[in-house]
Amino acid sequence: MTRQRLTIRQLERKASEIRKDIIRMLEHAGSGHSAGPLGLAEIFAALYLDIMNIRPSQPNWSERDTFFLSAGHVAPVMYAAMAEAGYFEKDELMTLRKLGSRLQGHPERTKLPGVEQTSGPLGEGVSQAAGYAYTLQHIDEVTHRWVYFLTGDGELNEGNIWEAAMFAGKYKLGNLIGFVDRNNIQIDGTTEDVMPLEDLRGKWESFGWHVQEIDGHNVESIIDATSMARAITNRPSIIIAHTIPGKGVDFMEYDYRWHGMPPNSEQAKVALRKLRSLDGKITGEHE
Amino acid sequence: MSHYPLNPKLYNDDIEQEANRVGFGRGLLGAGEKNESIVALCADLTESTQMHLFREAFPKRFVEVGIAEQNLVTVASGMARAGKIPFTSSYAAFSPGRSWEQIRTTAALNEQPVKIIGSHAGVSVGPDGATHQVLEDIALMRVIPDMVVIAPGDSIEAEKATLAIAENGKPSYLRLAREKVPTFSTEKSPFEIGKAYVLRHGHDVTLLGTGTMTYQLLVAAKLLEEQGISAEVVHVPTIKPLDEATILESVRKTGRVVTAEEAQIAAGFGGAIAELLSEKLPTPLKRIGMYDRFGESGSPAELLDYFGLTGGKMAPVIKKFVDETPKYHQGF
Repeated sequence: MTRQRLTIRQLERKASEIRKDIIRMLEHAGSGHSAGPLGLAEIFAALYLDIMNIRPSQPNWSERDTFFLSAGHVAPVMYAAMAEAGYFEKDELMTLRKLGSRLQGHPERTKLPGVEQTSGPLGEGVSQAAGYAYTLQHIDEVTHRWVYFLTGDGELNEGNIWEAAMFAGKYKLGNLIGFVDRNNIQIDGTTEDVMPLEDLRGKWESFGWHVQEIDGHNVESIIDATSMARAITNRPSIIIAHTIPGKGVDFMEYDYRWHGMPPNSEQAKVALRKLRSLDGKITGEHE
Repeated sequence: MSHYPLNPKLYNDDIEQEANRVGFGRGLLGAGEKNESIVALCADLTESTQMHLFREAFPKRFVEVGIAEQNLVTVASGMARAGKIPFTSSYAAFSPGRSWEQIRTTAALNEQPVKIIGSHAGVSVGPDGATHQVLEDIALMRVIPDMVVIAPGDSIEAEKATLAIAENGKPSYLRLAREKVPTFSTEKSPFEIGKAYVLRHGHDVTLLGTGTMTYQLLVAAKLLEEQGISAEVVHVPTIKPLDEATILESVRKTGRVVTAEEAQIAAGFGGAIAELLSEKLPTPLKRIGMYDRFGESGSPAELLDYFGLTGGKMAPVIKKFVDETPKYHQGF
């Protein structure tokens, strides 16, 4: 079963659709995180609609690539991308955070097929991805499956992350490819004010990882970086993706106060209008 | 009621002695031989937690994670997602002590069959002192939904419990101790997750023991018999799920209950029994264990004696309780 590959422009449009779904979901839910998910639309569109070898109709397909979301609070962007990929109908997105929903506030494996692990408490996804990658590489000796993960940048304050970084470096997990969402914000302010992360590249390199830095809104760069990461087989790879929190909605962009806040209905209306016009801009740039 | 075979040398000075962790090491090796999905992870305490037998037999299925207990549990959870049955080991003070939230989220809520092996629990760790003598682990683990919690009585039972949790498909906690303890059970003694066993029959008081304290209660029961008190000893290796039927049946008969554990009585095993009795069969209860304090350095034998966790120290406490406490009356 081969998927028809989407063009870069089609993937950009999908990212724009994902952003609109995020705004609608958050408005409907009345709680949740806005900035992070909006900043990740291109990465999730690229992962779920192009990069990963997956079968949404068979979520546990034994040959699949796997994705571990460490920053569970950005779940809306993962749910929106999964719906685009065909794991479930888009209507279900509006059940986010509601009683009885499969779309929990933070993702739960046992609720929604296709979610590889339950996450939310920060710092735990890299280890889980590393455990999965270790099993494939060193025990089952499977060479054609890739393990992806995404962690926030504020999340890198967690010690568990660096335990995992040491582990993956030691065992040269060449099948492990991670993204850091480098959007420079966390709940109490900017990352460099709360707990400085720089030199971030140097940190990962010193733990034995192959490091790339990209514009996290450039779909072509995202795809190219993962191709490069797959070619690096003797160590794990991290892709530091520079993103704009709240991307696409000007009154949310760069503003850390939108980290943990949903839009109200008036704000959602304005946001959707901005996103529609952004849609137009993207189309213009590439035609 | 089925018969529970006890070691014929139970009350002899030359009763066999072995540490529970040694039984675990044998059990893990056996589980690994039976099922190639079993993997083992350790946080720099491989021999101490007795995982070295497994490591030598199955080097490819053994993972050293270094001194990183949070990573220990979460890497295991990822391996479980990839189809493995991971056993993780450290000292109980560190796992589940330090890794509790990782256990809650990535093993329990995530419904992965990660096995938490907490070695060196209780004051009998000895000279290392209070930092390493974890007494809160039973409480921490039994409060997590669907978590199986087992404190084996001796090394033979630890081996059986290890084989049992290898196949139960659930996140499970196995509480082990460092020191050699008398082996009161035999190869033929039954062990099933969720079952309690009557080891000695009596009618004045039910003595409920978990882990290695059961042996001490057997010693206390013999001393009490010499003083005219007939004590029924029930061994409760599985703290969760609790064998309510067996416990209540005994309590209905005796009308008085004593619990013993090498742990905080608050929210631990005694706490679990208090919850059960107060809801289903209110009965006078005396809990023996650690009373809201930490341990300290000393030899294991000295410490058990100092904290009143030997049969010799328990017997007068139990006698006083029996003498002063009217029995629960039928029809309460």
